[in-house]
Amino acid sequence: MATQTEPASGQLIPVHSRFVRVTHWLNAAAIIVMIGSGWRIYNNVPVFHWLTFPEWATLGGDPEITYKLNKDVGFSNALLWHFAFMWLFLINGAVALGGGLLSGRLRRKWLPISVAELIHDVREALSFRLAHDDITLYNAVQKLLYIGVVLAMIVMLASGLAIWKPVQFQWLTWLFYDFQGARLVHFLGMSAIALFLLVHVTLAVLVPQTIVAMTTGSIRAAAPADEPIEEPAEVSVEAPADAPAEPLTDAAADIPAGTPAEAAAGARIDAPHAAEAGEQL
Amino acid sequence: MTPIRPRGSPAALIEHRKLIANIERRAFLRGTASLGALTLLTDCDISNERALQAALHAMSGWNDRVQAFLFNPRRLAPTYSDADVTIPPRFNAYYAIKEVKPVDGATWRLELAGLIGNKQPWTKEALYALPQETQITRHICVEGWDYIGKWSGVRLRLFLERIGADKTAKYVAFKCADKYWGSIDMPAALHPQTILATHYAGQPIGDAYGFPVRLKTPLKLGFKQPKWIYAIEVSNTYTGGYWEDGGYNWFSGV
Repeated sequence: MATQTEPASGQLIPVHSRFVRVTHWLNAAAIIVMIGSGWRIYNNVPVFHWLTFPEWATLGGDPEITYKLNKDVGFSNALLWHFAFMWLFLINGAVALGGGLLSGRLRRKWLPISVAELIHDVREALSFRLAHDDITLYNAVQKLLYIGVVLAMIVMLASGLAIWKPVQFQWLTWLFYDFQGARLVHFLGMSAIALFLLVHVTLAVLVPQTIVAMTTGSIRAAAPADEPIEEPAEVSVEAPADAPAEPLTDAAADIPAGTPAEAAAGARIDAPHAAEAGEQL
Repeated sequence: MTPIRPRGSPAALIEHRKLIANIERRAFLRGTASLGALTLLTDCDISNERALQAALHAMSGWNDRVQAFLFNPRRLAPTYSDADVTIPPRFNAYYAIKEVKPVDGATWRLELAGLIGNKQPWTKEALYALPQETQITRHICVEGWDYIGKWSGVRLRLFLERIGADKTAKYVAFKCADKYWGSIDMPAALHPQTILATHYAGQPIGDAYGFPVRLKTPLKLGFKQPKWIYAIEVSNTYTGGYWEDGGYNWFSGV
């Protein structure tokens, strides 16, 4: 994928380590399979009778063919997918989280979150003006979402085990009240992760450099400050039409923790930060 | 033999096998994956489709072993009170309740086969005269629904001991009057909450719920508990089951 940079200034800046990239994409694959197969399993006996998932969005095979093969319209296939990829989800998740915690990287990247910063960033985000100029640094909304989605995945693991083993792990099922309680929590956790994915993928597409960084590990440095700066203007594409003025100053003011120098640099990546760059889950 | 149930004709199965093989060759992947997001898989050739299917089944076999490891023979399923019991129990079969063909208890015999000392068939009266055990436990279906039922009957362990079954064998298999069949692992068969149920909520089990005898164990999903049983076989040979042969996980412990 092309990086949107001026060729002359394009020096490679590391953003995500190989460890982070591999675990990120393995987790992405696991989550997609778990949700796709989970939706097919859900459709058999919906938690909410008014909600079923369209068959094209589910994993488990063409119902007519699977009926001929298996006397069943795809639930057994969906279960096979679900209980195969739970191992990828579990092992990869444990490695990613364990590595991130032991190295201290997650703590550095995701903490602290100050309340004032959060209020500011939520306000900016709701008006579509939240800057993401330096993709090696996370704003408060991002930090909260990343921590939240990790917690949601842990809840999915716990409620999934409670559904899978309500006798052997009955204490776990008891935590969710009962078997149906665990199913409900499993559904709500899925909903949280699906909503996160919607926001996460949308924002990644709006700031494509993040996808480049998560795939290749690095991005090209933007134009030096004395050249016309385009990145901040692109970021402010997210701004509503009623607030179009002064994209540069807007974008600069939107960097909450940045020094004036960093703000002035706009999209330029701050090398010291990039060196210790973590990941975007 | 049972009054209702000759085993399915193997000839028919062989005919179908050819048809099934053709379907498999054409569209095995579509049989397992149709998620739009997995477009990278649509280019796969037939051998990859087979490999995918084989991999998924291999993972299911691995999950059988993990579940056997997780199973604690001394851990009891939670029990509930009479007030929680759903009456009648929820009907479940691979066909509708109106298609149930009642079994004639007078002519019914329980046949025994495999690694069993005394293979004398049992009458309903003899089976019902064995010591009774009652449990109020949760029935959990692989589909996601559940209910609490009150089941009575003889412990399967006691029955297996009475007929001189080899308790070191791997499997206990069941054949049913409705052409259903299934098998469970010996540790689950010997668990104190695994019973040959003959009564529900104090009444003889109804025609729709497995009369004259069904397996009841809160340690397995519902489809692992065959109804209308007419034959029990103890063996070391894996025989799968009606749903298991369609890809459902064999162990399916809860």
